[in-house]
Amino acid sequence: MALQRITSPHMHAAQTTQRVMQLLLLATVPGLIALSWHFGWGSLINIAIASVTALVCEASIVALRKRPVWFYLHDCSALVTAVLIGLALPPLVPWWVVVVGTAFAIIIAKHLYGGMGYNPFNPAMVGYVVLLISFPIEMTTWPVAQSILPEGKVLPGLGESLQIVFQFSGTAIDGYTAATPLDSFKHSSGLLVEQFYDQNVWFVNGRWAGAGWEWVNLGFFAGGCFLLYQRVFTWHAPVAMLTTLTIMAWLNYDGGSSGSHGPATLHLLSGATMLGAFFIVTDPVTSAVSNRGRLIYGALTGILIFVIRAWGNYPDAVAFAVLLMNFAAPFIDYYTLPRTYGHDKRNRGTATLDASKQDTAKKD
Amino acid sequence: MSDISYREITRNGLWDNNPALVQLLGLCPLLAVTGSVVNALGLGLATLVVLAGSNATVSLIRHRVTDAVRIPAFVMIIATFTTCTEMLMKAYTYELYQILGIFIPLIVTNCTILGRAEAFASKNSIVPAIADGVLMGAGFGAVLLVLGAIREVLGSGTLFANMDLLFGPAAADWSLQIFGEGYGFLVAILPPGAFLITGLLIAMKNAIDARAKLKRDALKAKPVKGAKRVRTTGSVQ
Repeated sequence: MALQRITSPHMHAAQTTQRVMQLLLLATVPGLIALSWHFGWGSLINIAIASVTALVCEASIVALRKRPVWFYLHDCSALVTAVLIGLALPPLVPWWVVVVGTAFAIIIAKHLYGGMGYNPFNPAMVGYVVLLISFPIEMTTWPVAQSILPEGKVLPGLGESLQIVFQFSGTAIDGYTAATPLDSFKHSSGLLVEQFYDQNVWFVNGRWAGAGWEWVNLGFFAGGCFLLYQRVFTWHAPVAMLTTLTIMAWLNYDGGSSGSHGPATLHLLSGATMLGAFFIVTDPVTSAVSNRGRLIYGALTGILIFVIRAWGNYPDAVAFAVLLMNFAAPFIDYYTLPRTYGHDKRNRGTATLDASKQDTAKKD
Repeated sequence: MSDISYREITRNGLWDNNPALVQLLGLCPLLAVTGSVVNALGLGLATLVVLAGSNATVSLIRHRVTDAVRIPAFVMIIATFTTCTEMLMKAYTYELYQILGIFIPLIVTNCTILGRAEAFASKNSIVPAIADGVLMGAGFGAVLLVLGAIREVLGSGTLFANMDLLFGPAAADWSLQIFGEGYGFLVAILPPGAFLITGLLIAMKNAIDARAKLKRDALKAKPVKGAKRVRTTGSVQ
């Protein structure tokens, strides 16, 4: 009987890239529904524009690089980048903002670094940060949630939203915008937290983290739990990130004085926290590889998010924190190599140096 | 080094050994002040003057200065020329001097200048040394100018804005509005944009070089004349 010779790997993952990406897309649905319910059609329009841009850019760059176009479009990774950008951008932002951000993410952050699997930085976050520092006015005008609009006023419908996004008529978005909960909290100087919560329109209707926002974050949390259940990623990075963010918020919260940095619920359920924890920090390409590495990576991201939110210039910090930690991911990987099967000890990053030292010591 | 080819000096300074694109020296001013054409041109000219002057002086004293003290001596010479340039700019282009600020005195620390003094001027006679300084400065300035133009167009949508700071009131209306009034893409003006565009310029230079090499090789490889015999035995070496 002839033995078949099969080379490793002997175990195959059940999930292809395409399936993982499709699950990710599916998992964004609850958050997207919450966003659309509370902030109108803007996010859906953003996603549509970003998807078209991403597919066009991906196809043209892949063709330029003489790679199989259908193969790369087929794995949906460009779509995931597009959807994440669409979700992260403020609803009703002008169309060209979405196009510039998505094109930058796909062409420069992804393909100039070698394409799928080679990018050191999360493309969606690079696109977001480029937009944030380039167009500060457009990027900080969030619409208010439906539930806190004055009596009798409603968010623009689909037709009107399209007019605002594509700037057809002079329809201004101004009537529907306000500073986000995190932003207003940051500028609540002089008020006790309790007073601020009683006065600010966001918190009168949404006690935890601002009307609408808490539901958006819970939506992304639900999607994240679905992905965990599907084993698309492990629990390490998101749990570590949310834990350190909670600890940091709790340590720095003094019970509600005017100089406090906000209770933990605000930090957990406002801004992009949950989107970041389950859809950005878990990116297999740009985060750490081993489980221990992911714990460290997630924990440091959580700390950075709080530090930038509390003491930085920008109201939200997920994108900056993730990009900074993307820098550190290879370094973390270097020092958290897992034990190789068949070896007694973990291989440390400095092991070769130690081993050579020991060898020379023995010879002596 | 008696047979100095001026053609080679030119080629080296402007393209093959360009301080900004190949040696990657002087990146600090390159990235910091190239937000507009006028800033880039101002700093490029200042660097060129200092380079030419210091190269000439270093070449003159090259037989007198011993190896041990040559670096301090070179730095003193460069600092002198930088101070002169700074005073000239203060006298004639005061507003531009204020905009460029610390980057004028920082020309002293531009590695291109010390590098050329050490690598070229201290080994060559005065005329080639001046030529090398001028051409290296021109190469550096050209990159500054291109970078400044790209960043100004992308970042604020204008080209040649505020040129009167450098060329007097006659140049006040040189400004071209490329994009509309409200245009602004801040990232191009901020440091990340400088890094990105410099990287793209370097990539472009490498691509041009690679293409030229391909063409040269294609010309060089002449078809083999005579009958070709197919090897049937023996091993290929």
